[in-house]
Amino acid sequence: MTLAWTATEMMTVVSARALRSTDVCFVGIGLPSAACNLARLTHAPDITLIYESGTIATRPSVLPLSIGDGELCDTALTTVSVPEMFRYWLQGGRITVGFLPGAQIDRFANLNTTVIGPYDAPATRLPGSGGAPEIMTHCGEIFVTMKQSRRSFVQKLDFVTTFGHGEGGDHRARLGIRTKGPTRLITDLCVFEPDPETKEMTVTSIHPGVERAEISDATGWPVRFADTVAETAMPTELELATLRDLHTRTRQAHGVGG
Amino acid sequence: MAHIMTLGAAVAAVLQDGDTVAIEGFTHLIPHAAAHEAIRQGRRDLTLVRMTPDIVYDQMIGMGCARKLVFSWGGNPGVGSLHRFRDAIENGWPHRLELEEHAHAAMANAYAAGAANLPFAVFRGYLGVDLPKVNPNIRRVACPFTGEELAAVPALRPDVTIIHALRADRDGNVLIEGILGVQKEAVLAAKRVLVTVEEVVDDLGPRSPNAVVLPTWTVTAIAEVPGGAYPSYAQGYYARDNAFYLGWDKIARDRDTFLAWMKANVLEQGPEVFAAHRARLAVAA
Repeated sequence: MTLAWTATEMMTVVSARALRSTDVCFVGIGLPSAACNLARLTHAPDITLIYESGTIATRPSVLPLSIGDGELCDTALTTVSVPEMFRYWLQGGRITVGFLPGAQIDRFANLNTTVIGPYDAPATRLPGSGGAPEIMTHCGEIFVTMKQSRRSFVQKLDFVTTFGHGEGGDHRARLGIRTKGPTRLITDLCVFEPDPETKEMTVTSIHPGVERAEISDATGWPVRFADTVAETAMPTELELATLRDLHTRTRQAHGVGG
Repeated sequence: MAHIMTLGAAVAAVLQDGDTVAIEGFTHLIPHAAAHEAIRQGRRDLTLVRMTPDIVYDQMIGMGCARKLVFSWGGNPGVGSLHRFRDAIENGWPHRLELEEHAHAAMANAYAAGAANLPFAVFRGYLGVDLPKVNPNIRRVACPFTGEELAAVPALRPDVTIIHALRADRDGNVLIEGILGVQKEAVLAAKRVLVTVEEVVDDLGPRSPNAVVLPTWTVTAIAEVPGGAYPSYAQGYYARDNAFYLGWDKIARDRDTFLAWMKANVLEQGPEVFAAHRARLAVAA
């Protein structure tokens, strides 16, 4: 049979598949939250989901609009304060994987969520750092999820909000960072992984129906493709049905129609 | 000992022009009614401190209450931009807004340092990023034992912290349950503290021995404002009005629409309007 899916659904499904049942995952709002809960509802039932509002091992039946919705606390194993979350749990090294978005990303998966334009006179003021800089350095590894475009996949960031692989190579290690940093960049077109030596984000899997030229056209630097590039497996009927159910329940719960 | 008083009297008693004020809350228990009262009383030149400035600070900035913002993430969570915050930074409307910008880890640690009466907070952070280039309050210190370089930021010591809590007893002891945010640290770091509560009761009721209770002698003033966290929520009382957060985007996008909304819903109203929201969004006890 033929299944139809949107680019966002593809991104969410691929992100969910990257998670394991043994992971302790620091979850961001939006697509990461959908992906983490999709994983929990399909192949990773024992995954521990942590939101920075302090909820540990939460099992929401609908997706939160914000990082601290009551649903997260009601379904959590325990809820700790925000200073405790950042000090004992994140800095304490208890979290295996974090999901981050960005407004801009460069080829070494450094992220900008602060400003477009100069800091003192920005063309667009973005929300800022939030937890991202320390999530990036303290989680065991990081998955980044972003839709690709030349506006967001840029040669040079306007502001380095969050340090990914820096200038590449051993830059993380030189700063004393012992975690892996960005190990996957999941987009609406493909999956990038860091080159083992240079740490440049390199295409390792292309989503069904996507051409290499589309990826290059949507990227502000010359894209590198790995020697062997896989085709991403299509979303399964179970993955799509579970994800759509989750979104339907969420829209109803947030009072914005079914 | 905390004095239990009306919201108007409580805000007038603790908050003055030029103060550094933390109006804290992490999605849960955001003191909207108290912020509206500060706007009605025409407070000016405030330094607003908050990890996650959202709609209340968008409103205070848009109404010209703020001179400076100390923050780590300024957005409408899950929705998008704070348009009044952006207009102030991008276009200087209604006037220029000075920024002291941090990451969450720094602010959380800085509140804890303030509560602990330390001069600064130390943590592992800010490696490889640009924020230290634009914020001279982000510095590095060497561990005296290992030599490891760590991040340091000044402790947060607000003149005033304002929070919303579930309930207080008649002696002024305050109970918080659910998502706690940085409220306990922000209260213990401040010189003066205003707490709005859903209700004042004879007894705080059944609770864990480890529940977060702020003893009356840590609080300056308490005001009973049912629904006072709306459109945020109060665990066990009412749910978050996510539709309002989605709708705020359109209200705040345009200066005139924003000002008209503030006039009709804040300047010409009082704290009693919050009770109806609580009733509409009530959750089963």
